[in-house]
Amino acid sequence: MLKKTGKHPLYKSVDRRSFLKGTAFGLASLAIPFGTSDASVWDAFFQKHFREMDDDEIKSVIKRMEKEYADEYKTDFKIKTTGPLPGVKFGYGLDLSLCIGCRRCVYACVKENNQSRDPQIHWITVLQFKNGERWVNVFEEADRYYNPQEVPEEGHFYMPVQCQQCENPPCVKVCPTQATWKERDGIVVIDYNWCIGCRYCMAACPYGARHFNWGKPHIDKSEINPDVHYFGNRPRYKGVVEKCTFCIQRTRENPGRYPACVEICPVGARKFGNLLDPESEIRYCIENKRVFRLKEDLNTSPKFYYFFSI
Amino acid sequence: MNLKSISKIFLIVSIPVVFLSLLSSHAISADETTDYPVPPPPFSEGIFPCSGCHAGMEVNTNIRELSFHEDIKLKHFDGWCFNCHNPDNRDVLRLASGKIITFKESEYLCGQCHGEKFRNWKVGVHGKRTGLWNGRKEYRLCVHCHSPHQPRFKPLKPLPPPVRPEDSKYKTIEQIPLNPLNSIKE
Repeated sequence: MLKKTGKHPLYKSVDRRSFLKGTAFGLASLAIPFGTSDASVWDAFFQKHFREMDDDEIKSVIKRMEKEYADEYKTDFKIKTTGPLPGVKFGYGLDLSLCIGCRRCVYACVKENNQSRDPQIHWITVLQFKNGERWVNVFEEADRYYNPQEVPEEGHFYMPVQCQQCENPPCVKVCPTQATWKERDGIVVIDYNWCIGCRYCMAACPYGARHFNWGKPHIDKSEINPDVHYFGNRPRYKGVVEKCTFCIQRTRENPGRYPACVEICPVGARKFGNLLDPESEIRYCIENKRVFRLKEDLNTSPKFYYFFSI
Repeated sequence: MNLKSISKIFLIVSIPVVFLSLLSSHAISADETTDYPVPPPPFSEGIFPCSGCHAGMEVNTNIRELSFHEDIKLKHFDGWCFNCHNPDNRDVLRLASGKIITFKESEYLCGQCHGEKFRNWKVGVHGKRTGLWNGRKEYRLCVHCHSPHQPRFKPLKPLPPPVRPEDSKYKTIEQIPLNPLNSIKE
């Protein structure tokens, strides 16, 4: 019956192979973003993994991104891809006897690193504990919303927590797309263009240091910091994970500035330097102070050292 | 002396001069005359030089309520002005040893009692430090953060706490508050 009317295309018999072929091509064509037929969308879609790109490919990716950001934020961006400095491994020290919980660091970080203001993302969380309270390994229930007239409050102490830049980072192990990894200078970086937003890393991080862009990040144009690094403070996309990078755009320079949180801290509780340099401030802290690291029993080996100077 | 030998001498002299000046410029400081690169001391406006008023005054070493510096309430050990200030010349400070130091190097004065803090400060572990982590660092004098007369660090108003997830309510970009850091003058 069908064979007799075979000339009409509607009655043409379809064998299994061509049916599957057609279905595959049809579905593939649905995935192409026709509405935004800009070439940069294609380029972004087919961008290679950062560590598989050669210098020219990286250059063209940066050029494309600078244009995208300039269009969106009406500012000229300078996206750096500076690699790790040789002979450098970054370490951080935080003096808990000095911290007064004023949250200057939180907002200096927001300003420097272009975090979304709405939905709000903070890379640093300052925790408040009552004296004598159980704290080091159970800080998930600590008060992070304290808001008195003045700090420090009598009978309390404060502990800021941010990415601990683990030597043995659990977040890197779980990433299914290898969008996050540890660089030679010890900074755990994220390629926001390879992050698929599965948030496995957030579940794996024992410090709650990773944050997710649940919505499109909003930053007022007047507050954009256009001096950015590919792995650091370039504006993020909806649906990607982000975290502290020790201000990679500042510290990977030679000479490099201190991270924004170190620079703002009014009590000088934050110390930063090269763990491989015996003359550095951080080495002095480790060698002369009673330092500890958070959740050391998990064997994550953070490069973030808390200590008490008094 | 011909031109050649003059230029030779000039070369010989200039090499160590240039080298020395390079060495000293490596340790850039806010003030080249002090041992540590610190900004100028935080005097109240119009108060310095002290000799402006004190030059013609008779020195009174009796411990008493002051009639002019009434804003200074000493809450710092059981002391008296001349433990630190120099009765013979008010524009400088005096160590316990009798050594005279300027206000720009007052860290030596504090370090007489607070030796441990002074040691830590010298290596950059006590106190605020800005600048470059692998280059020039900017120090602060003790008195930039601690008033010498009431050294306890003043409490601060904390910046706003993070938004609770259930309170995320901003609808338009105009409703999002700007960074509260911008409104602080410090």
